[in-house]
Amino acid sequence: MAETTQRAAFPIRTSFITEKVGIAPMIAAVVLLLIVLAAIFAPLIAPHDPIYQNPIMRLKPPSAEYPLGTDNYGRDLLSRVIWGARVSLLIGIGVTVMAVVVGLLIGLVSGYIRLADAIIMRVMDGLMAMPSVLLAIAIVSLIGASIWTVMAAITIPEIPRVVRLVRSIVLSAREEPYVEAAISLGTSMPRILWRHLMPNTFAPLTVQATYVCASAILTEAILSFLGAGVSTETPTWGNIMAEARVYFRLKPELIFWPGMALSLCILSINLLGDAARDILDPRMNKREA
Amino acid sequence: MPTYFIRRVLAAIPVMLVVAVFVFLLLRLTPGDPAAILAGDMATPDQLEKIRTSLGLNEPVYVQFTRWIGGLLQGDFGTSLISNTPVIDLVADRMWPTIWIALITITLSVIVAVPMGVLAAWKHRSWVDHAVMTFSVLGFSVPVFVIGYLLIKLFALDLGWLPVQGYIAPSQDFAAFAARAVLPALTLASIYIALIARMTRASLLDVLGEDYVRTARAKGLTERRVLFRHALRNAAVPVMTVIGTGFALLISGVVVTESVFNIPGLGRLTVDSIFARDYPVIQALILLTSGVYVGVNLIIDLSYSLLDPRIRY
Repeated sequence: MAETTQRAAFPIRTSFITEKVGIAPMIAAVVLLLIVLAAIFAPLIAPHDPIYQNPIMRLKPPSAEYPLGTDNYGRDLLSRVIWGARVSLLIGIGVTVMAVVVGLLIGLVSGYIRLADAIIMRVMDGLMAMPSVLLAIAIVSLIGASIWTVMAAITIPEIPRVVRLVRSIVLSAREEPYVEAAISLGTSMPRILWRHLMPNTFAPLTVQATYVCASAILTEAILSFLGAGVSTETPTWGNIMAEARVYFRLKPELIFWPGMALSLCILSINLLGDAARDILDPRMNKREA
Repeated sequence: MPTYFIRRVLAAIPVMLVVAVFVFLLLRLTPGDPAAILAGDMATPDQLEKIRTSLGLNEPVYVQFTRWIGGLLQGDFGTSLISNTPVIDLVADRMWPTIWIALITITLSVIVAVPMGVLAAWKHRSWVDHAVMTFSVLGFSVPVFVIGYLLIKLFALDLGWLPVQGYIAPSQDFAAFAARAVLPALTLASIYIALIARMTRASLLDVLGEDYVRTARAKGLTERRVLFRHALRNAAVPVMTVIGTGFALLISGVVVTESVFNIPGLGRLTVDSIFARDYPVIQALILLTSGVYVGVNLIIDLSYSLLDPRIRY
């Protein structure tokens, strides 16, 4: 009996999802999974050491030993692209977690306490007015480029967008009867924020998190590409492309393969974000799609 | 209207003040001696002292701040630590290539993106709509420099239609300027077109469901008149907003595009200043670009009432 209900329920759910979001997010999920697996198992699947220099093998075309060819130091391009996924994903995840946690806390306070709101929102307006790449460059060039400073430098410009989203949700939710009921019952403010207002933010924040993640990966690549990212000894997609610029006429693949990996990664995350939005919040979809 | 105008202009002041404070504190709050950070590891005590006096680092922080703000208000953006020239002169020297590329990009984007968005909304759920949306997602996802190199490879190296890199002032040789501006402008426009097309489509889709559009169609107006006179005008405000907020993307994109195409504009100046650790220049560039961003959005905000007579202040 239980088995039949399960069987009946399953096709309905899948058809609901495919009908609503289409096939693209499924492909995106698979691509992203492959990139994540490549990053995790990089030491196992990369055919060569990504930083081993072999001067005799400089700028070689693709061969059985070097499937994508070699770079100007004779390093294996495929191995470098595989290892490059690590930094991108680490930064993407790290920035997303930090920006969402910090933005959520600030946004909750800002939406609920009027006095704090005025000050916080002016600060956020100021932060949003600064171009994120320039701001990140300034921070990295002052503090020095490690993976942690890069992460912090990318997080700061992402925070205002999360704060604004959370604040707008809190502003409308605080007028709801259940919040009034909680207030009249004498519930403490932190408890109202935590138990009654915060759950409202989960669905929109999930969607926003995907965009923050995509944007963080993009900014990291731009910083690396401009020479203001993590140390050039670390293989990142941006670093590989930055080094390849001089050899672009000779060997454009050195830019295209990491560029392709980067684009596919960001594209998959964006497509998953769009799908999450369609599923989680049909109203938001109508407004912004 | 005048009171709203004044209120709105005044509201921009705290925003710029926050930017100024942030930029000011960034150097001072960095752990360690700011002068040593800027001078690098190989600095002599003399050089350190020179940087300290140049930035006024020996004074108390509030004196430094008031003096700095006072200078800013008089148009003194500081002096480059490397070339010893006022930053404002460096900026004036480098700004025209950036302004030209940005203007071409914005014009191109609006001309291409608005019709794309209109078409997608009008032919909702058709292949045109899907094509526009696909382009839009790609425009968001493929980084500016990857697009730049793809365009160079295709149009400059393989087809040989356009020069690979470089910049020539339009006053010097307009044809050469135009040939070199096409690829950077296309590169920069990709993300902007994606943004504007997406918003035009969404906004128009909302409006096309309204009663007055049905009425306009029912009374037998041509489809073109319905779309452009009745629908698009009403859909214009969100599109204008996104053009303004997208300006931030444009500024970030300029830095990258100028590097890819070797254009001696403000973006190159930024990158050069990073490598030279020329913090006064970076600081001034952040202030200036933020100012431009705030200014553009202010103008757009104020222009809403021109677009939509229902908006009165």
